[in-house]
Formats: sequence, structure tokens, C-alpha cells
Amino acid sequence: MAEVLVDIPQVLAPSVDGARELRVEVPGGGAAVREVLDVLARDHPRFGRKIRNELGEVRRYANVFVGQDNIRDLAGQDTPVPDGVRVMIMQSVAGG
Amino acid sequence: MSTPETATADTMVLLAIGTKKGLFLAASEDRVNWTLSDPHFLILEASSVAIDTRNGAPRVLAGLLDWHWGPTVVTSDDLGATWSDPEQGAIKFPEDTGAALERVWHLRPDAASRPGVVWAGAEPHSLWRSEDGGSTFELNRGLWDHPQRKSWQPGGGGPCLHTVDPDPDSEQIHIAASAAGVYRSDDGGATWEAANRGISAGFLPGEEPEYGQCVHRIARDAEQPGRLYAQNHGGVYRSDDAGRKWVSIADGLPGDFGFTFLTHPRIGGTGWVIPMIADIERIPSGARVSVYKTADGGDTWTENHTGLPDQDFNTILRDASAVDDHPDSTGVYFGTRAGEVYASADEGATFTQVAQRLPDVLSVRAAVVPKTDLPQGSEQYVPQFPEE
Repeated sequence: MAEVLVDIPQVLAPSVDGARELRVEVPGGGAAVREVLDVLARDHPRFGRKIRNELGEVRRYANVFVGQDNIRDLAGQDTPVPDGVRVMIMQSVAGG
Repeated sequence: MSTPETATADTMVLLAIGTKKGLFLAASEDRVNWTLSDPHFLILEASSVAIDTRNGAPRVLAGLLDWHWGPTVVTSDDLGATWSDPEQGAIKFPEDTGAALERVWHLRPDAASRPGVVWAGAEPHSLWRSEDGGSTFELNRGLWDHPQRKSWQPGGGGPCLHTVDPDPDSEQIHIAASAAGVYRSDDGGATWEAANRGISAGFLPGEEPEYGQCVHRIARDAEQPGRLYAQNHGGVYRSDDAGRKWVSIADGLPGDFGFTFLTHPRIGGTGWVIPMIADIERIPSGARVSVYKTADGGDTWTENHTGLPDQDFNTILRDASAVDDHPDSTGVYFGTRAGEVYASADEGATFTQVAQRLPDVLSVRAAVVPKTDLPQGSEQYVPQFPEE
């Protein structure tokens, strides 16, 4: 069982009962981002659909970081989450 | 002829205004003086709105797009005091479609004879049907699986299905999509066929195609079965046979481009358009916004300009106009990309301003509802100007 800490953006806190940080337990030894997001979507469906669309893709203007790195610059949702490294979900700089 | 709501001293008109950055509600007893709510969902795009009065208490529906966190449909049964956003989302493409919802362009409560049924038109091109008043929707497979759908092209706004028009007295339904055209179902949505004969597609080479027209709006005549009207991307049309053949009714209008076609809820042959100059300018004809009314099925048109700006370079978008169901005189409403909203209490003869300097107006709907105060936070709309 891997345990991952996830930082929740303030704007999405209402979707996870007001939490700004969630402790996600992922079955198995290691965790990839996809598994972390799967658990989050299972436990918090409204939050889950705000992060990923029906195809399971991270929304265009949503960013997921593992530590300091955007998963779009790594292996996407297959990016592994090393022990002790936080996952941070943030909205991108977009809009007008 | 449909039965109007009964307007009494206990009623008001509720106006739902979806904008690029939030949803506003407005209420008025005389349709001249309005109370405007604070914005709901400020910063979210309210691409589509609807007011469902079939069950007595009005339900307000809104198709929202959060550019960061995705689209959804929300509902309120207390004029926006509280909103419902289903945990799983109201609209969700089935896994086998390989598609994901981008935007809800249109929400349309069905006839009173089909309570609970609400239609939604969405992007990518798709039609959705709800049986629980808009809380959850199911994809219309008949249209999704239509062999022509995959070759439909996106319009400038995207691959959107933007109009749903069910016949209240039969199983017939018409939809319009950019740039696919009009499609008709005679069996409640099980099967569909293109219904564009006579509608021009000047942006395509060769002969008039069976489909691919860029129809901007369709509306059903209140009294004559099978009569519909269309505002096309170049061309204003009428069909008297449920869309099997369309004829031009653009004579008498200053322009045949636009996004609006409204029909009277009770009186046949009566409708309104807001003409614009071709697709190369896309502003009101002569930069003078006017509402043109017909009372004879489009054979003749009368300009109505009283109360409207003499100079306006802003577009009125396809969902940003509406009529109400007031029994004395139908109200006509529209909003502009400059964030101005206008109301007419006399069937389009004269207009007054409901609001100004809102974000771009994307969607407008109006209905007669029981009189009540708008929820806390609302305030009398008074234009605010800096002190000199």
C-alpha cells in the first residue's frame, strides 16, 4: 500500500469536503499518478470529473505536479510518485 | 394554440441571463423595471440557460463551462439560492463513444405533456435527453450513430448541436447543428434524417448538399403543424412541411445573416429576427440593432428599433434571445456581446434596457413565474458611475 499526499487547490476544496490536502492510499507497492487520480475519483466523483474528462484525460487547463514537475513534461499519468513526494493539483494560467 | 401561463398580481417575469462570466437572474412585475441578481457562478461560462415552469415552481437550469475544471449542468428550484450539481455530472459520454463533453450549448424543456423531459444540445455534436428535469441526461444514440454525423464539420464556435425543437403535439423533433444543418426525427428521436433542402450553403462548392448547411437557429410555428423557420448562415427560411423543403423569407430584411429566430408562443405566423450584415461583418445591419417582426410567416417584415441603440457593433449570439409566455403580450428579450440586455413587453414594438456592462451575453430565457423575491444578495439594479 502506497500512501501519497495530494494538495488540493482552494477552488476545488468544496468538492472534497473542504480539504486542502488529502492522504491517498493506493493499493500495491508503488503508485503512478493515474492510480492516485483513480482513487480520488472513486472517493470524490465530483472532484474526479473536474480533473479528468470522460476519456480519463487530465483536462487541458488542469495541471498535475509530482514534486516540482508537471506530469505533462514527464510520463503523463504514468508518471511514478516516489515515496514521500507530494502530488499537487493546480489550475493553469489561462483565461481572459 | 398553447395555453399561456396566467399572469396575475401574484406573478412576475423571471429572466435568466447566461454570460461569459456567470449567470444573472432578473425579475420584473411590469417588464420595464427589473431587479438584477448578483452573479451566480461568477467567472464560469453560462453557455446555456433554461427556465422550466411545467411543475409550478420554476426550475432554473444552466449549462456551465469552467475552463479549468470542465462543463456541467446545474439546476436550482429556489431561484438560485441553492444549486444542484450531480456528483457524477449531468452529462457524461458513454465510454464506447470515445468522446468527452466540451460544452452544453442549449437546454430545452419539452412540452407540458412530457413532464420531466429536458433536451440538451452539446459539443461535440450530440443530443441528450433527460427524464428527471435535467438532473441526468442520456445520449441520443439515434443521432450519435447516424452515418452522416462523423462528417459534420465544426462551425466557428465549434462542433455544436445548438437547437432542439420538439413538436408538443407529436413525436417529431427537429435539431440544428453547425455546420451540419437541420435534422428531423418523426419517432421521438429514434431515427433521424437531414432536412435541409432549399437551404443554401454558399461556403461549400458544387450543388446544394443534403447536409452540411450552417443553420444558426430554427423555431417552430405556434399554430401551423409542420411549419418551421430558420435563420441560416446567410438566408432566412420557412418550411411548411416539417423541413422537407425550405423557401426564402429574407425579402424585406436588411440582411440575411444572423443568429436569432424567435416565434410567438401562441400566435402562428408571428416571429422575430435580428438581422446582421453577411458573415464578413457580423454586426447589426447598418450598425443599427433592430428587431424585425413578421406577422405573416415571413412574407413581410417590420423594423422595431424604439428603445434600442442607434449605433451598435455587437453581435447577438444564437442562444441570447427569448420570448416569454405572458398571456397579455409576449415579451421579447435579447442580450449582446457587449453585455447589454433588452426587454420588450409589447411583442417587440419597444424595448427597455434590463442591464448593461455585463459580460458577453450567451444565453437568455424568460418565463412568467410566481412572484417572489430573488434570493439574498440580489439588489435593485442601478447603473454605477464614478463620481465626477
